[in-house]
Parts: sequence; C-alpha cells; structure tokens
Amino acid sequence: MYALSLEKVSKHYGRLTALDNIDLKVKPNTIFGLLGSNGAGKTTMISCITGTEHKDDGKIKVFGKDIDKQTQESKFQIGVVPQEFNFSIFEKVKDIIIWQAGYYGKSSNEVKERLNFLLHELNLYDKRNQPARNLSGGMKRRLMIARALIHKPKLLFLDEPTAGVDVDLRAQTWKFIEKLKKEEKMTIFLTTHYLEEAEQMCDEIAIIKSGKILKSASKKSLLNELESEVFTVKTNKPIKIESKAIKFYQTTKGQTEVEVSKSTKLSAVFELAHKKQVEIYDIRPKTNQLERLYLQLNQ
Amino acid sequence: MKNLQFKIYKTLVKKEVTRFTRIWTQTILPPIINQSLYFIIFGQFIGSQIANIQGLSYMQFLVPGLLMMGMINASYSNVVSSFFGSKFQRSIEEILVAPVSKTTMIFGFISGGILRGLLVGALIYLVSLFFTQFQVYSIMQVILFSILTASAFALAGLINGIYAKKFDDISIIPTFVLTPLTYFGGVFYALESLPEFWVALSKFNPIVYMIDGFRAGFYNINYFQNSTNLTVLIVLNIALFALAYKLIQKVTRA
Repeated sequence: MYALSLEKVSKHYGRLTALDNIDLKVKPNTIFGLLGSNGAGKTTMISCITGTEHKDDGKIKVFGKDIDKQTQESKFQIGVVPQEFNFSIFEKVKDIIIWQAGYYGKSSNEVKERLNFLLHELNLYDKRNQPARNLSGGMKRRLMIARALIHKPKLLFLDEPTAGVDVDLRAQTWKFIEKLKKEEKMTIFLTTHYLEEAEQMCDEIAIIKSGKILKSASKKSLLNELESEVFTVKTNKPIKIESKAIKFYQTTKGQTEVEVSKSTKLSAVFELAHKKQVEIYDIRPKTNQLERLYLQLNQ
Repeated sequence: MKNLQFKIYKTLVKKEVTRFTRIWTQTILPPIINQSLYFIIFGQFIGSQIANIQGLSYMQFLVPGLLMMGMINASYSNVVSSFFGSKFQRSIEEILVAPVSKTTMIFGFISGGILRGLLVGALIYLVSLFFTQFQVYSIMQVILFSILTASAFALAGLINGIYAKKFDDISIIPTFVLTPLTYFGGVFYALESLPEFWVALSKFNPIVYMIDGFRAGFYNINYFQNSTNLTVLIVLNIALFALAYKLIQKVTRA
C-alpha cells in the first residue's frame, strides 16, 4: 500500500491550471521530495491533499483511505507544516499544540508526554508558556513542526521547511526529519528550493512544472538519467579542456570541475590531465547533480 | 466518530471561551459599560419623565430589551471576529487539516458566541439590579429565548465571517443591518405605541419577536403570541444553520 497516491488530480483557478492530471505515488517510510519553481503547483498539491483546498478532479488516497470517502480517517494519517505561519500569534506555544491535539480528539493529558517530547526535541520547552508572537522566525517554524506531529501522523507534509532558516537550524531540522523517518517510521513529503538538500535527503523525487509532473522516480534512477557526471577537482595548475567525453572548466567561484560522460572511464580523466602535464590532487563527485537534472528538465 | 466529534467540539468551545475571556476588556466589559449608560441615561434621567408602559416603569420596560441587545451584539461579534480572525491569520487551517466535520465546526464556533452572549446577558442583568427591581415570570422562557437569539446571531456572525474578505466586511453588517434592526426591535418602545405603518414594518424584523418573547419571560406581557415568537426564532435558526452549512463547504472538506 502506498503512503500517498494521486490519480489524475486536477485543480484550476479560473483559467489557470494549477494541477494538470497529476499521477503520483509515494512509498511508505520514505522521504519524498517535490521539486519545482515558484508557482509550479507544489503548495496547491499539498493543499488539495490536506484539505485546505478542494481539488476539481481525480482521486487521492492516504494509506489506502480515499480523502473524499474516508475523509476523517485519512486526515488522521496526515500532519502538515505549511510554508507560511498559520497560528494565532496571541496564543501560548503549548496551547497552540494542545488545541491541535484536541482537533484530533485528544485531551491535554493524553498528549502530555508527546508534547514535552516535541518541545524538548525542537528546543521550544523554555518558550512553552510564551505567546507565539515572542518567538523568532525559526522558532515559529519549529512550533509548526511540533503542532503537526502532536497526533503522531504517518505522513508528514513539509512545505519549504527550511526556507529562510539559518544554516544551524536547517541542519537541525533535517536531522529531526531523518529521526522521524527512522524512529517513527514516518513518511515525509516535502517541497524545497534547496536542490542540494533534496539530493542528500530524499529517497524519491518528483519534479513538477506548470502543474505537470515531469519526472517521478527514486533519486538514484533520476540521477542515472544524466548523461554525464560532474566532479570537483583540485589540480596543481588551471586546466581547461573541451572534448566530447571530458570537459574541464573553471566555475565562477574559481573552482575546477570536470564533466565526464557516463560512457567514459574515470581513468581517462587522469590520463588526459597527465597529457596536459596537470596533476590532480583530489577528485570528488559534485553533490548537486540533481540541480543539473532539474535545470535540464525545466528548460 | 460521534464520540470523536464531541471531543473536537469540546476543544473548539474551550478555545473560544479561552479566547474571549483572555481579552475580556474587549469582549465582556464594553457591553456592560454601554448598557449601564443606557440604564442611567434612558432609564434614570429620561425614564423618570416617561409614563408607565403596560404597567411597568420605563426602566423595568427597558431591562429585557437592553439585555437582548447586549446578547445579540456579543454573540454576533464573537463569531464573526473569531472566524474572520482565524481566516486572516490562516489559523483556520489548523481545523481544516484535522478530522473536524462541518457540523462540529459550526457548533464549535457558534457555541463560543452563545456562551459569550449568555455571559454578557447575565452580567448586564446583575448590573440592572442596581437600577430597578423586578420579578422574572418564567425563567425557562428567558433562558430559551436567550439561547435561541444568541444562536441565531452567532450563526449570522459565522455567515458574515465566511463571506468576509477584509476587516471592513465584518463591520458593515453590524453597522448597517444589526444596529438599525435592534433599535427598531422594540428595545426602547412598546409596539402598541407605534403608528400602523411602523407596526406593519416591524413585523418583518425578527428582533421584534425575540425581544417580545424575551420580555414576556420577564413580565408575562407580549404583543405577539409566544408560539409565534418561538416559531420565528426556530425557523430563523434552522434557515441560518442551513445557510452556514452550505457556505462552510467552501472552506472545509470534512
């Protein structure tokens, strides 16, 4: 059974087609990344699944539960962290989370342990009795994560969870997301602009453009689709070679990179450099291969 | 699932009560001060120069109408501001993503409005005891009319809240509809004292029936039959609930 399946889902805003016959499947206990530029349809898709928007057509199932026929059962499986802050800033941090538990039929006593766990995990415990307006941007985002997790959902939606978040907090957030996947067997559905992060974190990736899914596959098979691979290299002197199979070039940051076609052995890179009397000290695969694929597909 | 919806309902009500009691200086205090001013100016200063109405002093006559006026405003403004506020802050999404049914959502919001209306009504009643003495003819009738009136205006507030897109939209109805209807609803005068034209026109104003029935609960004097007053209130509640139920589908799927 899939954690999430979409069949021919469409959504229109007047003449604008936000989602165009979307078919998508997400396996349980995976981190699924939905990538796309602004206005591609990422947030609309999450809104249609989670109930803040009505889809026009199609079928959506969450762990086999049809969101139209088994609405309440399907909603129990879902937790949502939206892109924008959506809580009352006048309420106390712990109250915001406790009210949310109440919307799933759970009393404050029933969720006491879970509440404390989440407040500690997300470094909000000291702020629990403060109104949400006193929190920093990063804390507000963590509050939304805690709120989304209070009822122990099986499928967590994170819409741009690290947008506008500093490096430390971003790292903490990803660590926590990995922990949820590992320890709570949670399925994570996220959207992000940071393709490098998606490449590191996601097991499955889909790319959406103008409301259409361009690609949806495992990260490995998606990256295999690239006809070449890029490596960052350290050399004793600058090198610039352009051949069909191997291309050495300098990036705008002054870094040397080499693009090697899939059919070429890596040893050929060393041989070519040696011929040009250039010594390679270090060679490592570039991490943002996904960005290249993304840009290729979006062209 | 019924048990679940009841638990969710309790959360919604608790949240609403917490909200309006937290900001009591904006929600509870103003109507009490307003109505106290009415008691002093209309009841004491002007009322002392007005002849008895249906055997009651003008102050005694005023009390039920002013109580009703306070309850109407409190129940309406509680729901419209709470619902629109949650739309504006997008905290309504907390409810939309959860397994909250349409019926639970409606009852949750309007119960908050009803409770604020009843609390305001009870406090104005206590204040009125400083100005005049009276006996309540039928406490059941007073409670019944209070609840049905508060629920009708809480539902109307919810409908306004669903429609409202900006802050202006939540003040238009209270200013241009609710206030005139209340003032022409028989708070300050007996229907018998009006010319025929105004009596005929007043019959289209639902607040007239509410105040008439409510006043009858205090003094056992009424213009319309109790059954007529009650029927108007029940029909109004059903119609407003049906409309709210239809409209809330725009914002929720459950």
